[in-house]
Amino acid sequence: MARKPDTRPNVSKDELLKYYREMLLIRRFEEKAGQLYGMGLIGGFCHLYIGQEAVVVGLEAAAKEGDKRLTSYRDHGHMLACDMDPKGVMAELTGRIGGYSKGKGGSMHMFSREKHFYGGHGIVGAQVPLGAGLAFADKYLGNDNVTFTYFGDGAANQGQVYETYNMAELWELPVIFVIENNQYAMGTSMKRSTKSTTLYERGVAYGIPGEQVDGMDVLAVKAAGEKAVAHCRAGKGPYILEMMTYRYRGHSMSDPAKYRTREEVEKIKTEKDCIEHVRDLLLQGGLASEDDLKNIDKEIKALVNEAAEFSKESPEPPLSDLWTDITV
Amino acid sequence: MAVEVLMPALSPTMEEGTLAKWLVKEGDVVKSGQVIAEIETDKATMEFEAVDEGTVGRLLIAEGTAGVKVNTPIAVLVEEGESADAVVAAPAPVAAAEPAAAPAIEAVPAAAAARPVVSEPAKGWPHSDLPEGVATKTMTVREALREAMAEEMRGDDTVFLMGEEVGEYQGAYKISQGLLDEFGPRRVVDTPITEHGFTGIAVGASWGGLRPIVEFMTFNFAMQAIDHIINSAAKTLYMSGGQMGSPIVFRGPNGAAARVGAQHSQDYAAWYSAIPGLKVAMPYSAADAKGLLKSAIRDNNPVIFLENEIMYGRSFEVPVGDDFTIPFGKASIMRAGSDVTLVSFGIGVGHALAAAEELAKEGIEAEVINLRTLRPIDYDTVLASVQKTNRCVTVEEGFPVGSIGDHLASTIMQRAFDYLDAPVVTCTGKDVPMPYAANLEKLALITPAEIVTAVKSVCYR
Repeated sequence: MARKPDTRPNVSKDELLKYYREMLLIRRFEEKAGQLYGMGLIGGFCHLYIGQEAVVVGLEAAAKEGDKRLTSYRDHGHMLACDMDPKGVMAELTGRIGGYSKGKGGSMHMFSREKHFYGGHGIVGAQVPLGAGLAFADKYLGNDNVTFTYFGDGAANQGQVYETYNMAELWELPVIFVIENNQYAMGTSMKRSTKSTTLYERGVAYGIPGEQVDGMDVLAVKAAGEKAVAHCRAGKGPYILEMMTYRYRGHSMSDPAKYRTREEVEKIKTEKDCIEHVRDLLLQGGLASEDDLKNIDKEIKALVNEAAEFSKESPEPPLSDLWTDITV
Repeated sequence: MAVEVLMPALSPTMEEGTLAKWLVKEGDVVKSGQVIAEIETDKATMEFEAVDEGTVGRLLIAEGTAGVKVNTPIAVLVEEGESADAVVAAPAPVAAAEPAAAPAIEAVPAAAAARPVVSEPAKGWPHSDLPEGVATKTMTVREALREAMAEEMRGDDTVFLMGEEVGEYQGAYKISQGLLDEFGPRRVVDTPITEHGFTGIAVGASWGGLRPIVEFMTFNFAMQAIDHIINSAAKTLYMSGGQMGSPIVFRGPNGAAARVGAQHSQDYAAWYSAIPGLKVAMPYSAADAKGLLKSAIRDNNPVIFLENEIMYGRSFEVPVGDDFTIPFGKASIMRAGSDVTLVSFGIGVGHALAAAEELAKEGIEAEVINLRTLRPIDYDTVLASVQKTNRCVTVEEGFPVGSIGDHLASTIMQRAFDYLDAPVVTCTGKDVPMPYAANLEKLALITPAEIVTAVKSVCYR
């Protein structure tokens, strides 16, 4: 894991509070989703984002209106970070009509045209050419939007990723490939699946610049994101960001994570946690008091409880919906 | 000893060509490997090299002659002191053709006796159900497809074509010839040979406000991309609760060409027709090709558009004008009949029409239905016909297990059982990978003779 750079950046109180709030929302939301899963209210697969929050929050801070994003099946954090409604996300997890996909997509398949969130993709690596395709459309239409295409260290070994690297650089597409390297492809560690582990360097063969970033440090993420975005908006083609991060929970709800030690997880939680990091900056810098942060905690808790209540109360889709939205 | 130089087959489906230009004259000495002529196929103008050495004793076919059949003697090479007259009496040359405009491409090895298996009904049978009095012009399926794309691209800037060799090469099968010149590289995009990747990019582009036409050099290669066709394109509208679909066309030749072996000869009609969220069109004639492709490009759903290489060079009447389209889900009755219903699509329609002609000689009148689209499928037209004829034979090139014919047989059984006087018989390709050997390939493909036999069996004759 990359080391944390010196974290005494010139950053405003409001900005830090914003990151704190957004990362905390994702964490509390995911904890609640885990709880609802345990209660049988959420079914199927449910992949939690706990631990990786700084990646999406930092990159969203580098985005502007019109930019697009899409990711894999571990997608709840990305949706909350781009300001989608927690109620609509949670209600999709419970398969209700109030969900973003009217209950027909589920945890892995949610979209929001309004927020430029293009899924939620259940096939490992598929979102990579799809994201390049969104960037292709923006370039074709002549605007300066960029597309954030997130994928994991597991997907980084998929063939279609490299087909896409080639075309993205060939056609100078405004796409940022964000590799969320949480060290484990389901239960297989990087060491056991990947010969060359510096994933950010894999663009070299295609002429795509890349860098490795401490993905547990929201400020480092934002700074790297701004650099990548500037590269893309200037018409210089794609950029690769390898975010070194860690997921605290198993691959999905049914994964006991026996492939790593408790000590390894505890060490990251203690030393690298992205929320604790911002909390420390706020408190030690005298930018917020314990009470200020407690109030934010309460506010987030209420928001998440409200989403959970909505997701239970929202009705299941009407049976006639089985036959809708197949073609237009 | 004098040798005859024969008209070469320069592509797997070439049956005849134009002798565009002689590069030697009578009396010239030629060496083996020397380019002696330019020959225009339906795809390109190719250089033709001499295999044997000798002196050109006679040029048998005049420069500019069109419609020269493969294996026709075109010249005689003689040894010193020998006379060409001893070898052959020169046939009268046929009419001269338009000069060739196509760019020269590198020669592919000539298949000595490539013979596509094509059925064509005799002159006089209707080729479509075009209304009386509609102004038409004759064009090939290839030209119809090109015209459909060009017209739709002119009308909508978000429509673009991408695929292997669609631009500078002018199309592996010349479907996109001229489009790069008219629309430029922004809208006619040459891709690397990476179907999985570029199909994913095209689907993403369809979500980003564009209307891509993806050309697969053949649908066999689309298997590398089938995850994006099905999981990304076909299912997203449903999975997003109706928020976003994929207005995209996947097109290219499908099914057997001629002598290209198992990996390049497969009909995917039944595969794609099984997938909710897709639409599937499979034209027979040039009018089908144009009208259906224009509808496909305008459709807001992912459309699989299954063409056929053997049909590309066939000519049909096509209504003139930019506004001609054919709606999806509307079958065409190609020939009316009262004794049996033949249901087919794509190249199979030609086989069915040829069989109907044979059957008519024996007093059996077959009604021939061209489905045109397989999703949606026009059940009403099929059922109405079966209720009239009480017998049905389906015709397709694909494999027998889980075929379109199986599905139709099941539907007819469930919805018109009481009207049937005989079981529905499905005529399909054989349940084998496509063999290369000419005789075995012929055996593997569906033929009019098999359809005639099937019809007689359901007519108890």
